[in-house]
Amino acid sequence: MTSTSMLGITVLIDWMQRYADKITEHEPLLTALDAEIGDADHGINMQRGFEEVRMRLVHERTDDLGAFFKSVGMTLLSKVGGASGPLYGTLFLRMGMVAAGKRTLTPTEFASAVAAGVEGIRQRGSARPGDKTMVDALTPAIIALHQALDDGATLCAALQAAAIAGEAGMKATIPMQAYKGRASYLGPRSIGHQDPGATSAFLLIQSAAESICAAEAHDS
Amino acid sequence: MKKLINNPTLVVEEALAGMAHAYPHLLRVNFCPNYVVRADAPQRGKVAVIAGGGSGHEPMHSGYVGVGMLDAACPGPIFTSPTPDQILAAAAAVDGGAGLLFIVKNYTGDVMNFAIAAEECQLAGVPVETVLIHDDVAVEDSLYTAGRRGVGVTVLAEKICGAAAEAGAPLSEVAAIGRKVSEQGRSMGVALTSCIVPAVGRPTFTLPEDEMEIGIGIHGEPGRQRVALQSADEITEMLATTIFDDLPFTRGSRVIALVNGMGGTPLMELFIIFRRLAELCEERDITISRNLIGNYITALEMAGCSLTLLAVDDELLHWWDAPVHTPALHW
Ligand SMILES: Nc1ncnc2c1ncn2[C@@H]1O[C@H](COP(=O)(O)OP(=O)(O)OP(=O)(O)O)[C@@H](O)[C@H]1O
Ligand SMILES: [Mg+2]
Repeated sequence: MTSTSMLGITVLIDWMQRYADKITEHEPLLTALDAEIGDADHGINMQRGFEEVRMRLVHERTDDLGAFFKSVGMTLLSKVGGASGPLYGTLFLRMGMVAAGKRTLTPTEFASAVAAGVEGIRQRGSARPGDKTMVDALTPAIIALHQALDDGATLCAALQAAAIAGEAGMKATIPMQAYKGRASYLGPRSIGHQDPGATSAFLLIQSAAESICAAEAHDS
Repeated sequence: MKKLINNPTLVVEEALAGMAHAYPHLLRVNFCPNYVVRADAPQRGKVAVIAGGGSGHEPMHSGYVGVGMLDAACPGPIFTSPTPDQILAAAAAVDGGAGLLFIVKNYTGDVMNFAIAAEECQLAGVPVETVLIHDDVAVEDSLYTAGRRGVGVTVLAEKICGAAAEAGAPLSEVAAIGRKVSEQGRSMGVALTSCIVPAVGRPTFTLPEDEMEIGIGIHGEPGRQRVALQSADEITEMLATTIFDDLPFTRGSRVIALVNGMGGTPLMELFIIFRRLAELCEERDITISRNLIGNYITALEMAGCSLTLLAVDDELLHWWDAPVHTPALHW
């Protein structure tokens, strides 16, 4: 393993900044999707949370990746609200536990951290794949990520594969009936709409791929 | 969007500031994090009753802070649950050493945020009990779904638990009373128009002039079914029968009946609804022991109403009748 394939704080900050940009850009879409099967606040919630993350990043001094993820998680817990606040908050808090005390992560360690985060989401919200939630984008993304790394891909390529799988998972929520979250109140009427949380989750994986691929391109 | 507001992003804070000016004898408002506590908090040796949820349902919950009801309310942004740090700050402000009762409406966001706060309190050695309100019969109940939404019964549970706590009942007893209310109450609502979330600026859904949405929640989320508009009597029959059938309110039973306006419906129409509800109850030999008619749990400017029936016994009626001094309920 070359040192350039190690992730440090810089690339993770870039990931959060890109994601905050993407959330701002897609806020109307996320809110519109939530208006169809929820309560029209998902984009607003996520933007409130990630604007705060962005503001705190400016002052970020730590190079302990565990502390960094924990701080992102706590910010989301206190700023996003709704269902997605505790869920995305839990994702980053769990990533922080895996990364505790580390200044760099190997691709495998990064993948394990994300997997632990997704497991945290599944525990906190008790949603299973097929329930039409963010879990439907995150679960196939994690599987693709591990698979690609096992096949010897770079983290950039593996995350690109994860983003493709996540996007497919996001689109697969369209024909699903919701069994968790607000959308479940609609019963069969939730069918035919893309889940807002699955959409923001896909964007998270996509931003990770962009940040890490940009860093790899820069290093080589 | 036509609203009496200054800035869509400040509606919650400016409304809270207004409440602070209006009711200094009843409550205090804290900003950042936002919470409302009774003026004389904390009450030593008393169970603190805490509720919270998204804003936009006024007077719930902040309007129920005061003597004999809530010790604290945690208002989230419009239709979005409060956060754990906010709940913890409110809890710290009202903790009187006898434990905390969280009254939580069954929405994924509320449940998870209050659960995280409860875990933190317990880690810090503060006993917490949670009463979950899930009374909306329009939603199918199942182990595999998010379960029923919490709506009108929340108001009744806050009043009744608040009275028991005020009288000095221990945490386990206040929680048991709350669970009894939760088990014995059912609600259902109908919307005639949508609401407009200030930050969004457009109606959350559109409903043609001649249609209504049955089984609506309190956030402008679509209901189960959209049907042709009917008369007040027909609507009352449909809502009441669904409730009667879900919880067998047997002959001879007594109830507290809440006819609740969603924010944009005149009181006059609520009385028309109550008139038919009273007849339907009489036909079934159900006694409406107490009633509450008005806007108690709303969805911004939505037009429509919800019915809530709570089966009561002498114990629940006793707590219902106990004195209460809050901005929205007082006797
Ligand atoms: N139990 C759950 N497990 C995993 N994801 C969930 C769960 N419930 C909801 N979600 C996700 O959260 C998204 C909605 O997030 P949003 O920010 O709109 O919160 P909300 O549902 O409006 O919260 P609130 O309960 O405060 O209204 C859904 O699209 C779904 O992907
Ligand atoms: Mg929502």
